[in-house]
Amino acid sequence: MADYIWLIPFFPAVGFLINGLSCNKTSKTFVSWVACGALFFSFLVSAAIFVNFLQLPAEGRIFEKDVFDWIVSGELAVRMGFKIDALSVIMCLVVTGVGFLIHVYSVGYMHDDPGFTRYFTYLNLFVFMMLLLVTGNNLLLMFVGWEGVGLCSYLLIGFWYEKDSASNAGKKAFIVNRIGDFGFLLGIFLLFVSLGTQGVWTLKFSEIQPNAHLLSVPLATAITMLFFVGAVGKSAQIPLYVWLPDAMEGPTPVSSLIHAATMVTAGVYMIARLNFLYSMAPDTLFVVALIGALTAIFAASIGFAQYDIKKVLAYSTISQLGYMFVGVGVGAYAAGIFHLMTHAFFKGLLFLGAGSVMHAMSGELDMRNMGGLRKKIPITYWTFFIACLAIAGIPGLSGFFSKDEILWKAFSSPHGHPGIWLLGTVAAGMTAFYMFRLLFRTFFGECRASDEVKHHIHESPKIMTVPLIILAALSIAGGYLGVPHILGGGNRIERFLEPVLGPPQHAVATRDMSITASAWASVGAEEAAGGGSLELILMATSVLIGLFGIYLAYLFYVKNPELPKRFTERFRSLYRVVNHKYYVDEFYEAIFVRGLLKVGGGLMRVVDDGMIEGSVNGTGSLMKRMGGIIRLIETGYVQAYAFGIIVGAIFVAGYLIMKPIM
Amino acid sequence: MLQDIPHGFYFILSGILFTIGAIGAITRRNAIVIFMCIELMLNAVNLAFITAGNALSSMDGAVFVFFIMTVAAVEAAVGLAIFITIFRLKGTINADEVNLLKG
Amino acid sequence: MTDMNFPFLSVLIFFPLLGAIALFFADRKQVRFIRIFTLVWTLLEFAVSLPLYWYFDETWNGIQFLERMDWFPEWGVSYLLGIDGISLLLILLTTFLTVLCVLCSWKAIEQHVKEYHITFLFLEMAMIGALSALDLVLFYIFWELMLVPMYLLIGIWGGPKRIYAAIKFFLYTMAGSVLMLVAILALYFHYHHETGIYTFNVLELYKANIPLLKQYWLFAAFAFSFAIKVPMFPFHTWLPDAHTEAPTAGSVILAGVLLKMGTYGFLRFAIPLFPAAAFAAVPLISILAIGGIIYGAIMCLMQTDVKRLIAYSSVSHLGYVMLGMFAFNLQGLEGSIYQMLNHGISTGGLFLIVGMIYERRHTRMIADFGGLSKPMPVFAAFFMIITLSSIALPGTNGFVGEFLILLGAFRSNMVYGILATTGVVLGAAYMLWMFQRVMFGQVKKEENRKLLDVDKREAVILCTIVLFVFLMGLYPKMFFKKMDATAAGYLEYVKGRNAFYSLATADQKTTEMPLLAYAAKPTTDKGY
Repeated sequence: MADYIWLIPFFPAVGFLINGLSCNKTSKTFVSWVACGALFFSFLVSAAIFVNFLQLPAEGRIFEKDVFDWIVSGELAVRMGFKIDALSVIMCLVVTGVGFLIHVYSVGYMHDDPGFTRYFTYLNLFVFMMLLLVTGNNLLLMFVGWEGVGLCSYLLIGFWYEKDSASNAGKKAFIVNRIGDFGFLLGIFLLFVSLGTQGVWTLKFSEIQPNAHLLSVPLATAITMLFFVGAVGKSAQIPLYVWLPDAMEGPTPVSSLIHAATMVTAGVYMIARLNFLYSMAPDTLFVVALIGALTAIFAASIGFAQYDIKKVLAYSTISQLGYMFVGVGVGAYAAGIFHLMTHAFFKGLLFLGAGSVMHAMSGELDMRNMGGLRKKIPITYWTFFIACLAIAGIPGLSGFFSKDEILWKAFSSPHGHPGIWLLGTVAAGMTAFYMFRLLFRTFFGECRASDEVKHHIHESPKIMTVPLIILAALSIAGGYLGVPHILGGGNRIERFLEPVLGPPQHAVATRDMSITASAWASVGAEEAAGGGSLELILMATSVLIGLFGIYLAYLFYVKNPELPKRFTERFRSLYRVVNHKYYVDEFYEAIFVRGLLKVGGGLMRVVDDGMIEGSVNGTGSLMKRMGGIIRLIETGYVQAYAFGIIVGAIFVAGYLIMKPIM
Repeated sequence: MLQDIPHGFYFILSGILFTIGAIGAITRRNAIVIFMCIELMLNAVNLAFITAGNALSSMDGAVFVFFIMTVAAVEAAVGLAIFITIFRLKGTINADEVNLLKG
Repeated sequence: MTDMNFPFLSVLIFFPLLGAIALFFADRKQVRFIRIFTLVWTLLEFAVSLPLYWYFDETWNGIQFLERMDWFPEWGVSYLLGIDGISLLLILLTTFLTVLCVLCSWKAIEQHVKEYHITFLFLEMAMIGALSALDLVLFYIFWELMLVPMYLLIGIWGGPKRIYAAIKFFLYTMAGSVLMLVAILALYFHYHHETGIYTFNVLELYKANIPLLKQYWLFAAFAFSFAIKVPMFPFHTWLPDAHTEAPTAGSVILAGVLLKMGTYGFLRFAIPLFPAAAFAAVPLISILAIGGIIYGAIMCLMQTDVKRLIAYSSVSHLGYVMLGMFAFNLQGLEGSIYQMLNHGISTGGLFLIVGMIYERRHTRMIADFGGLSKPMPVFAAFFMIITLSSIALPGTNGFVGEFLILLGAFRSNMVYGILATTGVVLGAAYMLWMFQRVMFGQVKKEENRKLLDVDKREAVILCTIVLFVFLMGLYPKMFFKKMDATAAGYLEYVKGRNAFYSLATADQKTTEMPLLAYAAKPTTDKGY
């Protein structure tokens, strides 16, 4: 089986090449068959490997193969090699599976776009890069995919390049991501060099892991922090989240695939992949969890006051990514990956649903101009509704299981902290509120669209609705992979991931006994002894908070539509700040962008034109001035020169004659 | 008979001729005259070479003279050609009016 | 390997000269003939240079293809040629880029076509000569010979401010090389003083035992000369002017090869001749290099002229090359050599790209463009790929070099590594911003609306560039295997020599000279 793993990224690459080199000469049908077919084959291979894995014993679930030497220089030997284990096979299934559905959906969504071929070329390239990221067997190959998906994100955000806002957003995404990559790159360097000084020169995961113990804790902390900078950029966490909302300029299926389901979760995947390093650095884990929790609550609060449905979903994505980081940050890597997977289902679905709404509404995005769509586009409505329930954490749907797993781990894991649990739970309530605010304003009440738009409202074609339905089914069913023990499940996904991510950490007692922690240690110990009553209580709390959020949204937007207006009047300035996303973008713009340009302008004037050019041209003009003085001797009269020669000759002769005398 | 005249006299004559030529080359304005003065200087040097060669009983002096005479002939050819060009260009060969080399 | 004894290098050097002489007799009105002739001639030259790659023995870490003839034996001047893995790749780059340059001048040059091509062939001769000369006098001659055609290219076929730019270029470079000449002579007399032999043979001079103080001075003179050529911050201001005014092909060659002469000079002469001084200069050079990386990038943000922007990006990229070289470890050195090639390909490519839009619009101002993706989609794709290669996206050539350099720098000094890595972010910022302003957005100017997309000739040029972008990015081993041995041997040698000097100064006594790893490969056939 190991011989076939390269096929997974190979198919999208072929699709990319065929469509990319066809120069718009092929028909749309051909393009879509190539693009979707490539994904489908990749999915089949991934599925085959997955099935194969299930038949193997847990230790044998790893396939690795080096294909060819890439960069080999001295001790550094990086090979193009692929590796599939339990973690990457799940990622592959998500990427190719959800990717395939989104590809199919795009065939309908992009059908009338003149850039149809270009779109699918980029999309296949993206999937290729994403698969490279998850299947690469060394850090550098992961970095290739890491930057590659960033590139595709750039290309696809700026897909409608004629719009300035789109090309600006693309550029912003790339540059902010590069700031993250800066950290990632330094992380690679530090890891390579510090392992190297211990005699192990490698970037291969399978060789780093057994040698990770050679690193001291401060070094491991530094390395993991640097990698986390990369994750912060890619997965849009505080303070580098600013690119993701702007990224909504891209076509909606792109937002769904790249900016919800797959690429943005790469940071979570990376931490899970390097879990052995992160587990060595509790300080980093704490930072990861804290940033995750803060982002979760911060982004959710911005989501309250946005009217653009895609923007709301974008902030929701940032917030959900925060959850995943809470998961991996408390050492519950499997829970993070589990949430990554369910999130791919329901958030992918939400975006596709939003796309379907846009499709129906002639491209309208502002929820103030929507309403009452429930009857007109029922399939979209029902699937959207299911996704909203899932993300709000209503029991029985996938989001409930994964989110609750994270919250429980945040509370109980040795790396966890009740404060983080609290932040997460509050964010869960906020999520429920803004998601249902979106749902109610879009699908309920009176239709506020203009008559012309209203006239055109229609349900999307089958090619778009079928993926919606499948994703809705997955949003419900996906959760049953990880039903916790307490609800009678076996938490199969956690067990499946165990060979890669290590056994779940229950060992509260081994934790450092800080003052706040010790209080919880007793509770934890009690829980460990006395069965999961605490877990159930926490679960109920978060569900209740979620339901409360939904109720609040119902109150505000269905029952009493005047309420929000009164509310915003009351807290006018607060509302303005939130509506403007806390002015973070403006702040960054003023400090970093303008600052850099100002520094550049100053340097150019003072250093380049002033100092360097000044001294260079100064030398030139000094020579010129000296020449101006000396040229006075040059009269141009031949006889003057002759006179000079003769006088000179007399002096020389005189000197020679006088020399022996003197 | 020539052998009876001491070498010193030849050198003095050579010096006088050279000085006349040099002063003429500096002071005269007509390019042809300047040119003649230069010839005079060259011939003064020739005389000095011949004398020195004679005094040292060596043919080297005479050899140099031949070189100088060749150069003088070439110089005459090139120099006169230049004068003609200058005359065509400026309508005069007065050295005072030609200062194209002024810096 | 009897083929080794075929004088490849001499043929490579003088073949273009032959072409230039032949062109002298061409009828100046037969423009098409002249162009085709030069194209064929440079293609032949490229074909002749390819066997170097095959016959180059990658296991030998010293000089190969040695050719030696006495020139002025009494002064120790000889006609001594030879290459190692470093110059091999640079020579291939030179012959390759020259072909592209002739192709890209097809329409851009309309005046003095004959003289233009003669100049170009002459330039090619000088460049290959400088890359293969191992005798200091010979090297100096070729080094100065390169100046003349480049000066003419800028001064005759350049833009509106060409005279200023050409003179600035000439004087700037001259100022440095005169110092180098003095240093060469000082070294020459020192060696005579030490051993009683007059020689300009670099391989001999490598063995010189130079007192530290003298070494510092001589290194400074060499380094100054090469630093101007590179150009390192703060000696870079001739570059934007020269690039802006030069014709497209001139810019390509200037960026692609001439700048590499500076870095190559460091590698071949300044460092191995004066190793102790070179090691002492590591902090200074590294800081200047990092300064160049960051400063060049910030300057790029301020430019309104595309060509000027790319010129400043060269300052930034060459900063990486210098940083890697002075990291003195294998990754840094190999990355640095690789980055020289990359820069030739990607910045050369960018200049070609700019030349193409200049031919169409006769302006290089960013503000005059915008939205070009619409009328020129194929061009946009090529431009995108080359831009990405310039910002070192993984998978393209730029990444391999930059990654190795940064890794090398990080290994030798963490602070340098971290500082230099910020260039990665800035690089993306200025290139993408430029790309956005030129290619994206609405077409605002009427003239831009009906621009023609690339024609066949341009497509061929860009395809070859893009081919190399990916070849070098995905399978760098093809190039690395030729320089691995050289780079390893080089480092061992330079480090050994430096250790020897520090030992000698510490013990105040003459230590045994380290074994010379940097020797010429003996030719098998005695007849040659």
